[in-house]
Amino acid sequence: MTHYSAFSVFRHALRGNKTWGRAWRDPEPKASYDVVIVGGGGHGLATAYYLAKEHGITNVAVIEKGWLGGGNTGRNTTIVRSNYMMPGNTMFYERSMKLWENLSQDLNYNVMISQRGQYNLCHSPGQMDAARRRGNVMRANGIDAELFDRAEVRRRLPYLDYTENARFPIHGAIYQSRAGTARHDAVAWGFARGADRRGVDILQQREVTGYLWEGGRIVGVQTNRGDIRAGKVGLCVAGHSGHLARMAGLRLPIETHSLQAFVTEPYKPLVDTVISFGAAHFYISQSDKGGLVLGGDLDMYNSYAQRGGLPIVEHTLASAKALMPSVSRLKLLRHWAGVMDMSMDGSPFIAKTPVDGLYLNGGWCYGGFKATPASGWCFAHTIARDAPHADNAEFTLNRFERGYQIDEKGMGPKPNAH
Amino acid sequence: MQQFPCPFCGLRDEREFHFAGEAGKPRPDTTQPISDADWAKYLFYCANAKGASHEVWVHTTCQEYFVMTRDTVTMAVLGTHALHEVPA
Repeated sequence: MTHYSAFSVFRHALRGNKTWGRAWRDPEPKASYDVVIVGGGGHGLATAYYLAKEHGITNVAVIEKGWLGGGNTGRNTTIVRSNYMMPGNTMFYERSMKLWENLSQDLNYNVMISQRGQYNLCHSPGQMDAARRRGNVMRANGIDAELFDRAEVRRRLPYLDYTENARFPIHGAIYQSRAGTARHDAVAWGFARGADRRGVDILQQREVTGYLWEGGRIVGVQTNRGDIRAGKVGLCVAGHSGHLARMAGLRLPIETHSLQAFVTEPYKPLVDTVISFGAAHFYISQSDKGGLVLGGDLDMYNSYAQRGGLPIVEHTLASAKALMPSVSRLKLLRHWAGVMDMSMDGSPFIAKTPVDGLYLNGGWCYGGFKATPASGWCFAHTIARDAPHADNAEFTLNRFERGYQIDEKGMGPKPNAH
Repeated sequence: MQQFPCPFCGLRDEREFHFAGEAGKPRPDTTQPISDADWAKYLFYCANAKGASHEVWVHTTCQEYFVMTRDTVTMAVLGTHALHEVPA
């Protein structure tokens, strides 16, 4: 397998770029693996990568029903950040941020991490107080955060609406300078290549249809192209967590909702950072190709369709216009949706399930992409050691009956409100 | 826009409706002691069906709650009925 470097680019260029090998194999499955990961998105591939790298478990398969990164890994708005304040969340997301910062070097694959900073705008004195509290919690945990007043936000982001009749006046913002964006496809491909190099088999176009059982324990998976035995089975299937858990006889504290994202036609460099609107659910950044990348709220009712409804299209574009009136003449180029596993407190699960041999990584809500490296790292730890790492110890399935929800937004058991 | 059928008002724009929750999930009798597991099951655990899903919706303009069965993959409405009615 080629090690990517400036030298290899030069060497292959001299040969007309006809000698590049494939980045990962397309192997025939073995009859049995130590660990089978269901789901070939960023989280599943990262789990396989860290199982091999950190724990020396290389007899691993990743099973994907479509193609790598074709689910939510390729459908998000590519934002990475670690501005969380609840115990149980804060250090997990900060672990992810630290892994992001060195991920391209670690994987020998350019994930195009761009730490362009992220602003969370505040539109009332109450939101400024909440932002100050969040920033203090972050800084107390060694995470960077700055609070800006209206004048400073205006100096930095002059293109927002600061007029007298702005629908939601901007009072200030909380800023994380290490936040930013990464190229989402490259994250899946980089982890796939890294895992494959360490001996992991990546099996695409293979859908899991059930489990193999022995004495009440899961010992493998049934797929539409044959059975595969496994010592342990890990689920990293995002919006389909509830569906695959149900096949194992489990109910999860998850509702599946669709979330839409949008890209405009390419435009000259305008937004050199990531901005989250504080008045409605809306965030905007600009891709390297120039398209403005917009995201909004859930469709608000359960959906497994990877397409969204029109009311949210209207709502998202109204938010864009309220925040940045200058975008009103831009045309939308593309628009799509992903299915989110919305948990009951807005926080994820990385845990053993009550079924022997089955492990769950899910409940990522809107925030799965930024968590990708730490999610894989912690899930690999949980599978390899049969016990969680301190950073994912609170992401249990039974936290609801114990009364230990990690409700970052304080919304209660309403998944569509997180 | 998609249209949803309110059992009282007929077909209306989806923006007039609000999703309220899973149908067929009665609140446990809380005048008696109830275990943490049973209470959590009621509050937090849901069917989250892929395909036909039975849900309680409210038509915000007439303020009536009703049961709607939808296909969560195709978005097709499979039927609606008032809360007190038992579907045929």
